[in-house]
Amino acid sequence: MAAWLGFEGRVAVRFLREGRFQTLLIIVGVAAGVAVVAYISALIVGLQRNTLSKTLGAQAHVTLRPLDDEVLSARLPDAPGTQALVQTQARSQRPRSIANWQQIVPVLEALPGVSAVSPMVSAAGLGLRGDGARAIALMGVELARYDRIVQLRSKVVAGEARLGPGEAIIGRELARDLGLSVGDRISVVLGSGGRTVSESLRVTALVDLGVRDLNRRTVYLPLRSAQSLVGLPGGATSLDITLRDVWQAKDLARELSGRWPYDVESWQEANAQLVSALNAQSVSTSLIRSVVMIVVVLGIASVLVVSVVQKQREIGILRAMGCTRGQILRVFLLQGALVGAFGSLLGVLLASALIWVFTSFVRGADGLPLFAITLQPLLAAQISVIATCCGVLAAIAPARRAAALDPAQAIRT
Amino acid sequence: MTSADPMNPPLIELRNVSKRYNIGQPTEAEVLHGVSLQVEPGEFVALIGPSGSGKSTLLNILGLLEPLSGGSYRLQGEEVSGLDDAHLTLKRHRALGFVFQFHHLLPAFTALENVTLPALMREGRVSPAQDRHARALLADMGLGEAFQKKPGELSGGMQQRVAIARALMMQPPLVLADEPTGNLDMHTSDEVFTLLRAIHAARRTSFLIVTHDPRLAARCDRVIELVDGRIRQDGQSPAT
Repeated sequence: MAAWLGFEGRVAVRFLREGRFQTLLIIVGVAAGVAVVAYISALIVGLQRNTLSKTLGAQAHVTLRPLDDEVLSARLPDAPGTQALVQTQARSQRPRSIANWQQIVPVLEALPGVSAVSPMVSAAGLGLRGDGARAIALMGVELARYDRIVQLRSKVVAGEARLGPGEAIIGRELARDLGLSVGDRISVVLGSGGRTVSESLRVTALVDLGVRDLNRRTVYLPLRSAQSLVGLPGGATSLDITLRDVWQAKDLARELSGRWPYDVESWQEANAQLVSALNAQSVSTSLIRSVVMIVVVLGIASVLVVSVVQKQREIGILRAMGCTRGQILRVFLLQGALVGAFGSLLGVLLASALIWVFTSFVRGADGLPLFAITLQPLLAAQISVIATCCGVLAAIAPARRAAALDPAQAIRT
Repeated sequence: MTSADPMNPPLIELRNVSKRYNIGQPTEAEVLHGVSLQVEPGEFVALIGPSGSGKSTLLNILGLLEPLSGGSYRLQGEEVSGLDDAHLTLKRHRALGFVFQFHHLLPAFTALENVTLPALMREGRVSPAQDRHARALLADMGLGEAFQKKPGELSGGMQQRVAIARALMMQPPLVLADEPTGNLDMHTSDEVFTLLRAIHAARRTSFLIVTHDPRLAARCDRVIELVDGRIRQDGQSPAT
């Protein structure tokens, strides 16, 4: 027997080893519970990460825009006995620049948690090639800055990401719709303020933004080209901000809204339904985890209650020999902890096997894995600690019962 | 019966001890009625009596396993009737050894581990000296080859000898034995009893042995007879 175990440890281990089949059953039970919790947690984390990366792969975490033009209702003279019915019609929004955006960018970049800021001029237009025409979203960006927002270079599927004067990067589907390849030219046409402007751009790269609709209409061009096309020389219609922690976006948006007279929108506000779905998933996962853990606790408790009854005489003998109530209590608490710990270990291994099966055999329509799932060591450690604590928790009632046994009565049984 | 010398108190001193069960209920019953007795260090005492006479209850009270309902109990000169569980446990550990009728060894532990359990319990480890002491005790019991055997691999007599070794492990001044040979055949029973006498002769450990067997009672130095919860007779064994 290992000397470091001490009295309680040795008795706990021996009691567990003595009830071999019973112990094995409950460890397997705990392992199954831990495996379910770990697998579901990893699955949901992977699913959410995949969903977020797809959603945020082509958009900023926080976007700052000028406030919309508002139409003020006409002030009518108050005349006694008359009632005025006023109707105002919302005006169409023209492209407007963020005032002093060049000064705002370094302020934003200095904020804690902000990893990149990129100005953009965006507008809707038409993309033309030959007889083909498609509605497009023009996005004028500085490639080096914008790449830090959406990692545009990593999304290139053909050509080389480059945005020199007269050059453009376009979505893969748009290229297919207009029959464009790298090196071809696309004409972009915009109508603004009653005039029509157009420019011919050479395609340097095709990108896959992860969303088919975006691939079908996105055209990136240099910021300066977009400024002159839209008629906002030196302007920026929005500032895109990327954060190190995506979940800080809402707080930052709220803070910036309070600080400056701009329309600041977080990705959560822009994707409210997605956030609701993610929250619902998280709540469901927590519920499932809680129920499984309750089942684990009840399982361990029931086995230990039986063990206390079976070991009644031994407990009586130990008490007669001078074993304290505290020692008996600790023997059974330790049993709960050991069952929880071994069950956790086995459960984590089982969950890893399930994850391997999922990533190896479950494929999407394109033959590729649906999304990456990994059981993070921290998550595995957290679940193991929780399961071990559950083991101790489950052992409290049986342990108290064992400690409270009357030794004389226990020996007589 | 009172101790004459306060510097050398009796090992056990019971005065007018009573024990009632189910107090305040219709099934209330008094099992011991004003029992008084005294055991001096080094005595070898038999406690006899018919079934239901209160022997086991008295032994449990002497072993600090049950509280008494009335009277006084002094163990090694110290009043123990009002002690709390923690102090009783400590007292049991220091002053008493137990041998039960059905051996009551822990089946998951080897013979040697069973013997060293009281030491492990007290200190959380077994020192080399304690390990040597336990091995010597087992060897004295004729179990030199059975150190690593589990109770299930030993005969009834061997198990009882392991239990005796365990009772002696912490060198208590008093060993309480409840029918230590009650579950053994006559030959083995004689062997075990001879062993108890040899231990007593060698160590001067006091023994109080509950037995039904008049043959064995006759081999004790003193016999106390309990009938209906009262001491009917207390005197030297006719054999001594």
